[in-house]
Amino acid sequence: MPASPSQLAMLRRRAAEMRWHIVAMMGANKAHHFGGSLSAADIVTALYFYKMRYDPANPGWPQRDRFIMSKGHSVPAQYAALALLGVFPVEELATLKRLGSRLQGHPAMRYTPGIEGCTGALGEGLSYANGMALAGRIQGQDYRVYCLLGDGELHEGQTWEAAMTSARQCLANVVAIIDRNGLKAMDETACGKSLDPLPDRWAAFGWAVREIDGHDMAAICEALDWATDQDRPAAIIANTVKGKGVSLFEGQAKFHNAPITEAQLQQALDELKAALAEEA
Amino acid sequence: MATFTETRFAYGEALRDLGAQRPEVVVLDADLYNSTRTVLFRDAFPNRFLDVGISEADMVSTAAGMAACGLIPYANSFAMFITGVCYMPIRTQIAYPALPVKLIGSSAGLTQGPDGASHQSLEDIALMRVLPNMAVVSPADAVETRMATAAIADWPGPVYMRLGRYPVPDLFGPDYRFEIGKAVVMREGGDVAIFATGHMVWKALDAAELLARDRIEARVVNVSTIKPLDEAAVRDAAGRFPLLVTVEEHSIIGGLGGAVAECISDPRAAAGPQPALLRLGVRDQFGESGLADELLALHRLTGPQIAEDVRQAFALVKG
Repeated sequence: MPASPSQLAMLRRRAAEMRWHIVAMMGANKAHHFGGSLSAADIVTALYFYKMRYDPANPGWPQRDRFIMSKGHSVPAQYAALALLGVFPVEELATLKRLGSRLQGHPAMRYTPGIEGCTGALGEGLSYANGMALAGRIQGQDYRVYCLLGDGELHEGQTWEAAMTSARQCLANVVAIIDRNGLKAMDETACGKSLDPLPDRWAAFGWAVREIDGHDMAAICEALDWATDQDRPAAIIANTVKGKGVSLFEGQAKFHNAPITEAQLQQALDELKAALAEEA
Repeated sequence: MATFTETRFAYGEALRDLGAQRPEVVVLDADLYNSTRTVLFRDAFPNRFLDVGISEADMVSTAAGMAACGLIPYANSFAMFITGVCYMPIRTQIAYPALPVKLIGSSAGLTQGPDGASHQSLEDIALMRVLPNMAVVSPADAVETRMATAAIADWPGPVYMRLGRYPVPDLFGPDYRFEIGKAVVMREGGDVAIFATGHMVWKALDAAELLARDRIEARVVNVSTIKPLDEAAVRDAAGRFPLLVTVEEHSIIGGLGGAVAECISDPRAAAGPQPALLRLGVRDQFGESGLADELLALHRLTGPQIAEDVRQAFALVKG
């Protein structure tokens, strides 16, 4: 069943809410990963509020679908989703990265309910997702594993080792989503290494591939439904805008991980509130 | 005539036997299943065996994902690769969340032999020991290896187990019971204590026999768990002997020698004057190609060489 118009409207509203929480939890005057968290917001929304088999009241349910944030620095997007689902209180988002908080700077499974592994060093998440998928196969479970990678993260060689393993093992229960915002910490993801033609590369590695606009909710939902219908691991290359939703951040590598002023924070939150009102 | 066995062979058999008892045990390898002897498990339980190809980092991250879903993965490669290539995923994805992945480093140390420095792991104990939550096990013979292979499955967290391709005699009988974290006195003596691990336990026992001819009686302790270290065993010796000796087929930096030095240098735990500590092993060098016994001799790790170095140190300590 494809997402209905009312479902899509709900998802867009959720995504707008997610964006507001992402920026609000980060706040002013401290360096935070604004850019990648905001570029991933629509994808993460579609996963948790549309696609995944997930019971927020029981985040340890063995049959649940798993989500691995391989680009671990964007975990605020996942924290926002888990909080809005009620896995932990929304008020806790404000403790992000503070001493004693359950919300660590990068995903830490022993700290945060709903976090499935430890990532942060880039390039390791897809292998881990494969391991979860293989465990499901060995144990006769039919859950799926979704792994969100950054396009800059694809510079890390282990990702391609993992991509070969997924293909060799025909892990049709693995879906990789590439948040292709085109920017890394310093500059364009094309600097340092070539990535193009990216869809062809994934296809050549034995994956089913689809390229979409990573901010078009209907396209994201449709692609996720397509992905779980494949007989092979599926890669969704989601073209996104780093910092999406906040004009100050959009398309700027400098807000990959940077502090903002109180005035900038206010401006960003006002903008996101207006966007939320538009969706409501 | 004693039975000589390479610990990796004992491991391969024990792992296959464990597979029959524990359905949650799965085995991963990176194109070395003949060397690591996981081929026996592969043949017995093909559905619980995964050869990922030549990609050790991918292998340990995959193992971490499996462990997060309730399996007990044994990930295998040469000691050099599984600790060296995979350090980041081991640290972030296994040690940090304390997932029960068992990392098996085969063909460890100088006795790897002819392949040379690229393959001779002399830093693996140090690399693994410094990681929080990681246990480090280094069995001395085939009997202990068999028991350790099963025991580490029950250990709740991650384990690094170091194995070799050097035939060593059986030092233990069938009544022996291996316990993680428990050092074993192999020989009693009143003058000096020698702490050894892995293949070097056998060499240390040889050295002790030679020292006895010179009326130096050595206590020989098998430290088959380097972490958690049996601190009581070390402190007991520190309180009794003016000289402690460590022997390992590893750098003298950061391995067993490092662990014992850290233990005895803590003034809060001292029972009396601090003993001298002689660390025998590889002295901050890389290995090179050669036969196992040639390399041990080059690095003064044969029984007679250990005895000689202990004798000299003992004379210095006695004044």
